[in-house]
Amino acid sequence: MIYDRILIRYGEISTKGRNRHLFVDKIKSSIQRVLNDFPDAKIEAGRDRMFVVLNGENGREIIERIKGIFGIQSLSPAIKTSWDLEEMKEAALNLVKKVYKEGDTFKVSARRSDKSFPLRSQEMNHTFGAHILKNVPGIKVDVHNPDIHLQIEVRKKNAAYFSCENIPGPGGLPAGSSGKAMLMLSGGIDSPVAGYLSMKRGLEIEAVHFFSPPFTSERAKEKVIQLAEILANYNGGYFTLHIVPFTEIQTLIHKQIPQNYTMTSTRRLMMRITDLLREKFSGLAIVTGESLGQVASQTLESMYAINAVTSTPVIRPLVTMDKEEIIKMAKEIGTFEISQLPYEDCCTIFVPPAPKTKPKKEKIEQFESHIDFEPLIEQAVNETETIRIKPGRKQEEEFEELF
Amino acid sequence: MMIYFDNSATTKPYEEVLHSFMKVSSDYFGNPSSLHRIGGQAEKLLTQARKQIAELLNVKASEIFFTSGGTESNNLAIKGAALKYKNRGNHIITTATEHASVREAVNQLRDLGFKVTFIPVDEHGRINGKDIEKAITDETILVSVIHVNNEVGTIQPVEEVGRILSKYPKILFHVDAVQSVGKVPLDLHRNHVHFCSFSGHKFHGLKGTGILYIKEGIRIFPLFSGGSQESKYRSGTENVAGMVAMAKALRMTMEKRERNLGQMENIKGRIMEELGKTDGIILHTPKDHSAPHIINFSVGGVKGETFVHALEEKEIYISTTSACSSKKRAASQTLLAMGVPEETAISAVRISLSYDNTMEEAEYVIKTVKDTVKKLKEVVE
Repeated sequence: MIYDRILIRYGEISTKGRNRHLFVDKIKSSIQRVLNDFPDAKIEAGRDRMFVVLNGENGREIIERIKGIFGIQSLSPAIKTSWDLEEMKEAALNLVKKVYKEGDTFKVSARRSDKSFPLRSQEMNHTFGAHILKNVPGIKVDVHNPDIHLQIEVRKKNAAYFSCENIPGPGGLPAGSSGKAMLMLSGGIDSPVAGYLSMKRGLEIEAVHFFSPPFTSERAKEKVIQLAEILANYNGGYFTLHIVPFTEIQTLIHKQIPQNYTMTSTRRLMMRITDLLREKFSGLAIVTGESLGQVASQTLESMYAINAVTSTPVIRPLVTMDKEEIIKMAKEIGTFEISQLPYEDCCTIFVPPAPKTKPKKEKIEQFESHIDFEPLIEQAVNETETIRIKPGRKQEEEFEELF
Repeated sequence: MMIYFDNSATTKPYEEVLHSFMKVSSDYFGNPSSLHRIGGQAEKLLTQARKQIAELLNVKASEIFFTSGGTESNNLAIKGAALKYKNRGNHIITTATEHASVREAVNQLRDLGFKVTFIPVDEHGRINGKDIEKAITDETILVSVIHVNNEVGTIQPVEEVGRILSKYPKILFHVDAVQSVGKVPLDLHRNHVHFCSFSGHKFHGLKGTGILYIKEGIRIFPLFSGGSQESKYRSGTENVAGMVAMAKALRMTMEKRERNLGQMENIKGRIMEELGKTDGIILHTPKDHSAPHIINFSVGGVKGETFVHALEEKEIYISTTSACSSKKRAASQTLLAMGVPEETAISAVRISLSYDNTMEEAEYVIKTVKDTVKKLKEVVE
């Protein structure tokens, strides 16, 4: 590989005035975290660009690792030269030759952020374009749909950067730059997407899953762990998952609450427990995969009756999305297939034949007031199992010798 | 010393592969569809096998479907695609030198009312991509091409065919890569391939294990109905141990390729050179565009079968053309399609190598072949 660095462009944060260095630091630490095992790669963070200088490390692999990091608008493998025109021409020509296939067209886009460089942008386009035309037999210019788009950036301190590829990043805000929230992760299609979208907005997410053995199986739990592992991929390989033992509470609800209100009550208790965990682990919001009007639990009346248990902000990233859009996104982020696996989870068991589509807050409060849930809630919070997913997990090693 | 030079018929499973098979069969014997933990472990193993194979083949895990072998993969791709997309048209194009499992599958479809065109090959066993393009009609829905011919080792221009077919969005492209995997690389995503067949026992896995790659978004009509395994495309309880073993075999084969491809090419080159200059031997494997592990030749006037047995006496194991047809006495279809006269074709034999064969073995085989040719010639003349 003739590239010696990877140029990283920030998205939105380029516009964040004085806070900018905080955001840049967050991106830098996100990148640092996934490049731990590339000791020679060095990160140079600037106000509006960042470079990963390869120092001989494998550029392709590094790009694979970092291209999903939130806050990155796009990245390009690049090569650095001085302002020496001959050196620059040679670098440009080498790059183009490397990717050129018979019949390809090209275009040069040059810009100089340091105006003391003697050639203006247009002059650079002509100079380098002519050099390539002269030295690559058969290549043609196409400024509208080029196969090869050579980008040149002349920056201060005698530096110029050349790149041919522009790899889009996910955009968004860097991980953890917006604080922490608890995601209610069921195992269905929606909640992982809600988690992804809130992570994209810079939230640090910890997931809460309700586990009711023997009504929900070990495999439903496995499935949630797999989903958490996928979400971890968008967070440098790290993710925290809380598994709440929920059997006793669920059993009690079914004994004591009228059948058509059990679903509402179940969700209210899940939200109360999630809120307690949020407090325990210092979060400031709850994220759910709820959207409007699909099933009984997602009418506005239902949302109101459930939400009444807390004043903590409840973020519902999917509330404006159609089911089709949610499925499409679940496929894109790689959670759809796992979500499709047919195991009972906390949302699918004990669904009454006719759940109330318009539950009344006053009614459910009245029903619940006769039952003492407090000791069970406390016990559930205390007995919550916390799984911390890290890069290079044990699970795969378990079977390693078999493969 | 025993020399096994019949690796295109089947390969010896690697020790490590057998170990995985035994261990999974005894310790993780669950049915992946069972809800309990034992089922869960089996499912996890199957998922990991799929993932590893997908990574080795550079495709997505969701594009890998497990089958019982090359014959099933070929049948599933061809019949499954033809039946699924029969409303788009009823014409199938394939070549004159396919493996029997492709040839007979399309013949069966012809009996059901499909039209089939067999593209001829030149004297090297190679098709011309332009002939495929010429054969395309409005009714064409499927093209099936073998990547490496199992009898003579000719490499077909699948990249060129893929490029041509990319202009015809209605036509699906199946490649039979049973002989090529681990020997001649093929980028499935880049070459517009919709289906690709593989067989585990051709790369030191076990018999009864195979893979069909189906490109994302393409559907088939399943041939086995039942419990909806393999995303409904292939019902039947999964052969977890076999698939784990196959994933390992593929990884090991790919790794051996990195180290030993040069050696294999040298061995093939040496055998081709020596046999080529031996009186009475006619080489059928072309010098260019042929796989690194197959050498096909005829010994004039001696039936292939006789020659195989003569070498067997010296503990050298080779084949008369393909193993599947070698029990029938018919001459090789591939050789006849290449224009080889029938009396030469019936005396054809095939040497096929693995990455574990050595130059020492090759030298011994060359010498023995030469001696045997000389001796047999004295008898027949």
